[in-house]
Amino acid sequence: MSTVVLLTFTGLGLGALYFLVASGLSLIFGLMDVLNFAHGALLSVGAYGTWWAASGHLPGAGPAGAGFAFAVVFGTAVGTVAAVLLELAVIRPLYTRPREQILATVGVGLAVPALLSAIWGSDARPFPGPKALSGTFGLLGAEVPLNRIVLIGAALVVLTALKLFLGRTRHGLVVRAGVEDRAMVTALGIDVRKAFTLVFAIGGAAAALGGALGGLYFGSVDPEQGTSLLIFAFVVVVTGGMGSLTGAALASVAVGLVQQFANYYTTAGLGDLAVVVLLAALLLVRPRGLTGRLA
Amino acid sequence: MTPTPAPLLTVRDLRVVIGGRHILHGVDLEVAASGTTALLGRNGAGKTTTVRGILGLVPRTGSVLLAGEETVRLTTYALVRKGIGYAPEDRGVFAALTVAENLRLAERPGAGEPAYDLVYELFPELKLRARQAAGTLSGGQQQMVAIARTLLNGNRLIIADEPTKGLAPKVVTEVAQVLERAAEAVPVLLVEQNLAVVRRLARHCVVLADGRTAHRGPAADLLADAEAARRLLGVGSTGRPTAGAPVRTAARPAARTTEADA
Repeated sequence: MSTVVLLTFTGLGLGALYFLVASGLSLIFGLMDVLNFAHGALLSVGAYGTWWAASGHLPGAGPAGAGFAFAVVFGTAVGTVAAVLLELAVIRPLYTRPREQILATVGVGLAVPALLSAIWGSDARPFPGPKALSGTFGLLGAEVPLNRIVLIGAALVVLTALKLFLGRTRHGLVVRAGVEDRAMVTALGIDVRKAFTLVFAIGGAAAALGGALGGLYFGSVDPEQGTSLLIFAFVVVVTGGMGSLTGAALASVAVGLVQQFANYYTTAGLGDLAVVVLLAALLLVRPRGLTGRLA
Repeated sequence: MTPTPAPLLTVRDLRVVIGGRHILHGVDLEVAASGTTALLGRNGAGKTTTVRGILGLVPRTGSVLLAGEETVRLTTYALVRKGIGYAPEDRGVFAALTVAENLRLAERPGAGEPAYDLVYELFPELKLRARQAAGTLSGGQQQMVAIARTLLNGNRLIIADEPTKGLAPKVVTEVAQVLERAAEAVPVLLVEQNLAVVRRLARHCVVLADGRTAHRGPAADLLADAEAARRLLGVGSTGRPTAGAPVRTAARPAARTTEADA
């Protein structure tokens, strides 16, 4: 029983991490038809930004208490700025050339980890986190690490905030309409490109937050973390239905849990394979993903 | 003959190439400063592409003057903000959004109070269905949403692309009534296949054939001339396709003769 509880929370924690990456990826694809292969790099930027700040390089930030919260805010902000720059400098000039656009994001996705390892080395660096979050709590006989709860909580907050943004604000309305029919949005007199930048900023912030909190989950940061998470985030996005936030949330939970349980109860590594097989099976039955959305 | 006021919209030599295919070879048209101007032509003549070209929804060259101001280099949203309401051929209703959200999206912040009173007076049904997803509406109701969006903003020009297409006869009448009333206040450019609707609404008409302007003139004159209507539109003036309607080549010489007087 205790194993099942532990695996469940670990799977949900991993799912939360996937959701933080996949939510932005899904909105970006849904609205802009852009497959952002650089999204993992945004996670890495957030992770390294937080790590750098929490390691004592940023006045006021540190590994404990409010200092750590400040480090997370800093890392998220750096990731957000990186996302906006990526949209303005790389994605926007290539809107009419989707093939080059994909190549450019792949390039950024490769260049950022290379840059990170050139500056800080390719080895994993221990991630300084508050002692309070490195502990465990007992539940039904299992010792569940607290950082799982932090990740799950952060994902729920982001999900709620995104739902409110999409459902209650005019910008959110523009994004939802743009996912359906971008040209018609412009034909109503709305500059949809502003929504593009906004969605990139939001997606970048969520991914960078995922990077910051992923440091707690993994206990370290390394340049390739974002890239390996991106693959599963893509699995989540396709499973959930392109452009669907609820779909991404459901698929994140499913992928995280399947992966953990399969890795534990079968051979390690089979869980990673299992989610890809599941995705293939799902696409055969429901080509539009869980929510039936295909942007 | 009284001098006619300057047209609201003047299009000159509008050309559209999509994927290497020349769709429009130089369309010329005017939208009169009042009343309804009908844009007619057979299927594939380039009516919808002309409208999309005017709005910049497809890459285009030529000249599009809105009240004398050149707009061909403007992006679609910037042009629309100058006061154009557009109801596209497929209605362009956002299916996953509610009726109220579809209307709210068409509001233009900073362009005055949206005219919800007018919209709900013309379409009381939309008020009742405000919270319903637009995708679950009937075709006629979706068309009402599309037209309502053009009426919210005190636009200077309304462009309606086949607003009666695929609608039941009773709904066609309703839509025509609303457009008739709208045209009392705002000039309308109407793409329409239903000649009964054209006869009822349009004062002027422009006929396209093979991506060019083939005829311009008063709508009533064209509709009164059964032979010209058959030649240009491929239909009898009753609005029904005639048996063995001549193919496009027949429209070409007509284009030259009728264009001279435009």
